[in-house]
Amino acid sequence: MKKLQILGTGCPKCKKLAENADAAAKAVGIEYTLEKVTDINEIMKFGVMMTPALAVDGQVKVVGKVPSPDDIKKMLA
Amino acid sequence: MDFKSEGKKLLLIVAAFLAFFYLPVGRPRFDSAVMESLQLVRWYAREHVLLCLVPAFFIAGAISVFVSQASVMKYLGAKANKILAYGVASVAGSVLAVCSCTVLPLFAGIYKMGAGLGPATAFLYSGPAINVLAIILTARILGVELGIARAVGAVVFSVIIGLLMHLIYRKEEAAKAASQAAMPEPVAARPLWKNGLYFASMVGILVFANWARSGDTRALFLCCPGGLETYAIEGRIVERTDLSITLVDTKGQTRTMSAPLLQGVENLEKNSVSELVYQFRWALVLALLAAFAFMVTRWFRRDELAEWVGATWGFAKQILPLLLFGVLIAGFLLGRPGPDHEGIVPVTWVNRAVGGNSLRANLLASVAGAFMYFATLTEVPIVQGLMGSGMGKGPALALLLAGPALSLPSMLVIRSVMGTRKTLVYIVLVVVMATITGMIFGALF
Repeated sequence: MKKLQILGTGCPKCKKLAENADAAAKAVGIEYTLEKVTDINEIMKFGVMMTPALAVDGQVKVVGKVPSPDDIKKMLA
Repeated sequence: MDFKSEGKKLLLIVAAFLAFFYLPVGRPRFDSAVMESLQLVRWYAREHVLLCLVPAFFIAGAISVFVSQASVMKYLGAKANKILAYGVASVAGSVLAVCSCTVLPLFAGIYKMGAGLGPATAFLYSGPAINVLAIILTARILGVELGIARAVGAVVFSVIIGLLMHLIYRKEEAAKAASQAAMPEPVAARPLWKNGLYFASMVGILVFANWARSGDTRALFLCCPGGLETYAIEGRIVERTDLSITLVDTKGQTRTMSAPLLQGVENLEKNSVSELVYQFRWALVLALLAAFAFMVTRWFRRDELAEWVGATWGFAKQILPLLLFGVLIAGFLLGRPGPDHEGIVPVTWVNRAVGGNSLRANLLASVAGAFMYFATLTEVPIVQGLMGSGMGKGPALALLLAGPALSLPSMLVIRSVMGTRKTLVYIVLVVVMATITGMIFGALF
């Protein structure tokens, strides 16, 4: 069970990242939960200041850009 | 049936019905305000969107994709040189905050994990004002001097606000332990000169495509109730009778004014270089486009280009609808610039509130700007409408500075990051600084 967290205050790029992460996780076929972290202070706790960012199991994988579903698949492996 | 959500829908329908039932269609003031709003949108469509915004979107997209944000953030980290950090923070908005929605997380990050309160507030103040799209649109629509004043004012005063915040809270700052921030990976490097040429050619296309014709004459009008303000139109006089004067202004718009408003006509000296550029502007644009196409195909990888076009399209999708609504609302409320183009708000009100360059007008403009929420770039048509209704240049700058830097929603987020007292101090500083900048600008121009 993987825990995917999208960090971002709700800008269009964050939504795009959430879509891509969802698509990637479905394609890999793992069990997962997807959570959006929108509170700015929570985002800071991850040490992230450039949104959007993606964290897998609490670990920040990508910061400040929207990776493609293929890139995210590698992060889930 | 879910009573709660269905009930909401019912309420919405009733509210919409009541709104339309009492819609003041047929009242001259309302009808003309609707027409003004459509006229203003048409004016934007004809004058600005293609020539100014399209290259601007491509530039913004390129900045967000090709400029290494990590290299900028390096100067705003916890170990950064403190003095340098202020300088970098005051201009970093142009690179980091291409969209205003990224300003707040970056501000929180610089405050909590980076260079601290001073640089963070400097960034927060200047960020929304100096992103490329805001500067380009301000300069194009409100005039070059206001565009430059907005950028310079934002940069200079952001450093002052940052330093003041740091001085007020220096004890707390010293006690704070910085944590480590996660940074994005550096983007693929290209020699600096290649990146430089690439950006320069885009900016060149933008500048030359928008090169305005300088006028033959400048007509001065006494505008607005009581003859309070003088304002000038540059252009060519087409027809002049005892009743009215028709001019084609430098943007190619035909305007008819009533003759009693006319105060005087001055002949303008033509700048020969500027005229020459105007004549050959399309040739220049084409040459630059060719050079640009060469660079793009030779120096960039396919996936980079796809990312760039994607980012550009993302900005366009996000900003154009907001701008359209902003222009519609500004036109409805305030009408087009010039007399006889009133919107729903009487010109006298605007003139009384923010006309001239008094302390009161500047203060009112900054306070109103601080609390009002402007979606990305919509401050420009709003200020355009206000200026058309008699707002002075000083208060206009004050509103442009305080407006996008603060809004009620952003105040709440800032409060959650640095607490109520610091937020209040910051708001007061912003309002005071914007007022002062407005006064100075209004006195100079």
